[in-house]
Amino acid sequence: MNKAEKSRKMSYKQRGLKQALPFLLPASILLFVFLIIPFFFAFYLSFTNTRLISPIPPRFVGFSNYVRMLGDDLFGKALLNNFYFVAIVVPLQTIFALFLAILVNQKIKGSTTFRTIYFLPTVTTMVVVAVIWTFLYHPEGTINAILSFITFGNWEPIDFLSTERIAFPTIMFLSIWQGVGFQMLIFLAGLQEIPESLYEAATIDGANKWKQFIYITLPQLKNTSIFVIISTTILAFKLFDQVYIMTSGGPNYSTYTVMLHIYNQGFRMQNVGYASSLTVIFFLIILGVSLIQRILLREEREVF
Amino acid sequence: MRQRSRKRMIIINRIISYILMIILAIFFLFPLLYMISVSLNPSEIDIVNQMSSIKGFIPTTISIENFKDVFDRMPFQRFLFNSVLIVGTTIIAGLIVNSMMAYGLARFSFKGRKMLVSIIVALIIIPFEAIAIPLLLITNKMGWLDSYQVQIIPFIANPLYIFLLYQFFINFPKDLEEAALIDGAGWFKIYWKIVLPLSRPVLASVAILHFLMQWGSFLWPLMVTRGYTYRPLTVAMQTFFGQAPIYWGDIMAFATMMTIPVIILFIFLQNQFVKSVATTGIK
Repeated sequence: MNKAEKSRKMSYKQRGLKQALPFLLPASILLFVFLIIPFFFAFYLSFTNTRLISPIPPRFVGFSNYVRMLGDDLFGKALLNNFYFVAIVVPLQTIFALFLAILVNQKIKGSTTFRTIYFLPTVTTMVVVAVIWTFLYHPEGTINAILSFITFGNWEPIDFLSTERIAFPTIMFLSIWQGVGFQMLIFLAGLQEIPESLYEAATIDGANKWKQFIYITLPQLKNTSIFVIISTTILAFKLFDQVYIMTSGGPNYSTYTVMLHIYNQGFRMQNVGYASSLTVIFFLIILGVSLIQRILLREEREVF
Repeated sequence: MRQRSRKRMIIINRIISYILMIILAIFFLFPLLYMISVSLNPSEIDIVNQMSSIKGFIPTTISIENFKDVFDRMPFQRFLFNSVLIVGTTIIAGLIVNSMMAYGLARFSFKGRKMLVSIIVALIIIPFEAIAIPLLLITNKMGWLDSYQVQIIPFIANPLYIFLLYQFFINFPKDLEEAALIDGAGWFKIYWKIVLPLSRPVLASVAILHFLMQWGSFLWPLMVTRGYTYRPLTVAMQTFFGQAPIYWGDIMAFATMMTIPVIILFIFLQNQFVKSVATTGIK
């Protein structure tokens, strides 16, 4: 055995835990302290009456935080609002994103420039987006003027963000404006993975564009679509920045969300115990959504 | 004959596509252009009076007065410094720590390696929002409230980025590393001198995703910062917006200064950007 071979053999043996540890430790420690501990701590706190700053030591209170949640009308309202947001935004944004992706995926001059433009709102921080749209939604502002123009002056200017039934759809609109570019790119990546030969074969068979879309594009995009739908749903449950800045959950809690409720309970009112129980439920919802994704994706793979 | 009608179809199709793309471009660009236009309009009266007409979009006089106002009313440079410091440190530390973990998982064999990878994948599901409140309590106990480290250290390690890098390293040829090992190079030297330089594209992707997340971060700094000292741009923007009376010119100047550098950066890094977004979809 020559020297080189010997050290090669050594190198395989050397790759043990002892050598790996220096590489693994920094991230492991950080993840443990700032992700895993807080995660399990939330479960523990949810059974106590811990407050953020309090001279009295926290007590174990069993399930009373969860019982309290059942009678918490605001939490119910917030949860319903989140589902309302998901029900409107997820289908609209997904279809819009797919439409944009197909549009800029055409091999025509300038399509890359348009792709860039459609993506700009996503690069813009939500805080800024919320401020710009508050300006546009002003009672005497641009949106009212446009609506008045296209209805030949039959539009009564409204204060979008202070009108109970309208405030939330208004926020949904700008959320789609901001978020659709991201999903467009994911669809675009999916579109580019579809083999060209499928379309060529379909064209020879005489299938028109619409048929190609229904029988080739949509089925081929199944995994991408599931990913887009699930990630949009999770983002919709996290809804916070825009409602906090534009309406603080008002008017009359019509834009109130679970994250706003967690923030108000845990931070404003310092009820860390109760907020933690809300957090646990919030996580279980996200987990449920993710599990559905797994199940749907697995079914897909078994078929093929 | 048939050939000609087909050609005409293609041309019509193209014209419709362009019309649609232009209308949509206006839809996405208009709010951003309006932000810049208002920021350059020195007359607050004009801004408010002309909001509903086309005149509002094109200011009669252009000046940078609003930008000066922002600096007079608030220490903008401080917030910018805070944001750049927080985001910059997090990304650089994140690249090192996350890639080391990914490399450790991809290149070494030890008991429990597979389980560790599974744990990382499982951790991806936990959204930050679900740990914000307990993390607030923990960092408060540590005495970290209102500081830089509370906005940096918890966000360095990230299971999603570890996983993306891990997948890259797994598919990365080992030959060069083997050669270096035979030459007697240590593991850390191999990682630092060979692996990292060859991983630039994936590192750039991860850095971009990390940047987007940290730069727009709002909920956490809202909870953990008090005064101006450690506050990032997002929370400062919201405070500025909440101060009565509302001067739209100043607000839009603030928004413009916060947005334009990022948009320019994005246009430069575009291709990498598109790739990094696409990779998150592969999960």
